[in-house]
Amino acid sequence: MTAKLKKSIRTSKLVNEIQPSGIRKFFDLATSMDNIISLGVGEPDFITPWVIREACISSLERGYTSYTANAGMYELRVGIANYLRKQFQLSYNPDEEIIVTVGASEAIDIALRAIIDPGDEVIVVEPTFVSYAPLVTLSGGKPISVATTVESNFRLTPTQLINAITPKTKAIMLSFPNNPTGSTMTSEELLEIAKIVEEHDLIVLSDEIYAEMTYDGKHASIANIKDMRERTIIISGFSKAFAMTGWRLGFVTGPADIISAMLKIHQYSMMCAPTMAQHAAIEALQNGMEDVRKMVQSYKQRRNYIVKSFQEIGLPCHNPGGAFYAFPSIKGTGLTSEKFAEQLLLEERVAVVPGHVFGSGGEGHIRCSYATSLDNLKEAVTRIGRFMEKL
Amino acid sequence: MDEKDQEILHLIEENARISVAELAKMVDLSVEETALIIKELEERKVILGYATVIDWTKVTSTETVTAMIDVKVTPKRGVGFDDVAERIYRFSEVRALYLMSGAYDLSVVIEGKTMNEVARFVSDKLSTIDSVISTTTHFQLKKYKHDGVTFGDNDRDHRIVITP
Repeated sequence: MTAKLKKSIRTSKLVNEIQPSGIRKFFDLATSMDNIISLGVGEPDFITPWVIREACISSLERGYTSYTANAGMYELRVGIANYLRKQFQLSYNPDEEIIVTVGASEAIDIALRAIIDPGDEVIVVEPTFVSYAPLVTLSGGKPISVATTVESNFRLTPTQLINAITPKTKAIMLSFPNNPTGSTMTSEELLEIAKIVEEHDLIVLSDEIYAEMTYDGKHASIANIKDMRERTIIISGFSKAFAMTGWRLGFVTGPADIISAMLKIHQYSMMCAPTMAQHAAIEALQNGMEDVRKMVQSYKQRRNYIVKSFQEIGLPCHNPGGAFYAFPSIKGTGLTSEKFAEQLLLEERVAVVPGHVFGSGGEGHIRCSYATSLDNLKEAVTRIGRFMEKL
Repeated sequence: MDEKDQEILHLIEENARISVAELAKMVDLSVEETALIIKELEERKVILGYATVIDWTKVTSTETVTAMIDVKVTPKRGVGFDDVAERIYRFSEVRALYLMSGAYDLSVVIEGKTMNEVARFVSDKLSTIDSVISTTTHFQLKKYKHDGVTFGDNDRDHRIVITP
């Protein structure tokens, strides 16, 4: 007689601990409706530049359909190293300090799995990308949420960090420019954070996928701060800057010992990133930067437009220095962010993402992606304004 | 010309119907400053006009014929090609005219209601100009891209409504 597996133990305890993404729930509601103006999309509205798509087609035509090196094609890793040096003054050795991953998401996953032992605490600066805390849990660690607020422009303050550190703290996850707040941190602010990180011997996972989309001043990477390179893992990829979200192509850089540990996981789980996407990425780095410049210029103009328009309709919004999200406060309406987003969707057919899904500190705000046409932005602002007047 | 001027020019080139108020927000200037810049650019003839790109094939009653004509000419002493170029571009049928390097000298873009009308223009008006040595006419069969705008309905947003 075969004993039935008990329902409670069919799936792992770690997975059972994780809640489904709040975005998923809202997505289901939004997709059940027609004629929606969506400010809920966390990806570029540009199609991947043709020169990059053409390189992928060419790769297929030439028959490059087999595996590449686990860490990614050497030519691509050299291209990434050159790109990081030129754009952000970061120096990484393509032989042992770079892995090409299946999206930045895989990079975050293998970075956490490479450094976390059961029970280790990882500080997650929130509001932030929805995957961080669940991936910490899945790696056996414990996510410790630190809520940034609009009063500090959603930047992590040294005091907040010190208060969150315990003897079990192993790492801290930073993401600037930030999804969903659009907030950025300056070199001076990061220097204060770096001092504490070093004092407590922590590792930094710095997700810099939106680095190109920095509108006011230059992007600051914590790895540029003295002695931080040896304890920083930088996550990035092609999705946002090159409008290549569907290609699933990211990369990770860091000190050789950590990268070597990550490569073990990557080679057994993913083997390598898709070959034709890697060929496209080589082309992107060589000939795609002018397209990046144009797209970033366009995002900046739309950022200016939406922030000013929100202010005009009485929706307080801090000025996001990067990414392509505005994160206005809806606290004055007395509604929760979920209720606000739901009512706005039902009554005016504008899809935004309630701030609470991005973790603590997000409640009282909504994420509005401005990676959409000016016509859509205009119409969305009109509808949100009308909705606010009715409240 | 400063950065803001160029930013405004790019935005207007992409969408001539954008309002000054919208433009001002996008380039982070006041409405008055933006209006002044546009006025100055118009006065300096940097902005020469505001055009609309129309797919006339979708308006059956107003279908037109476009031809590109390679023209070889004898340049005149003192005025080079400018004199003959001016004689040609003054014809209302001429939509564009370029001096070219290579096998021929002038490239003339002609638009007419019918193929006959274009043919008559070439034989009666263009070829009879003294300096014109020869013409080669190419009729445009289909417009895929014009002034940076692609023709067709390929700009649908494929993204799902909510993504992380």
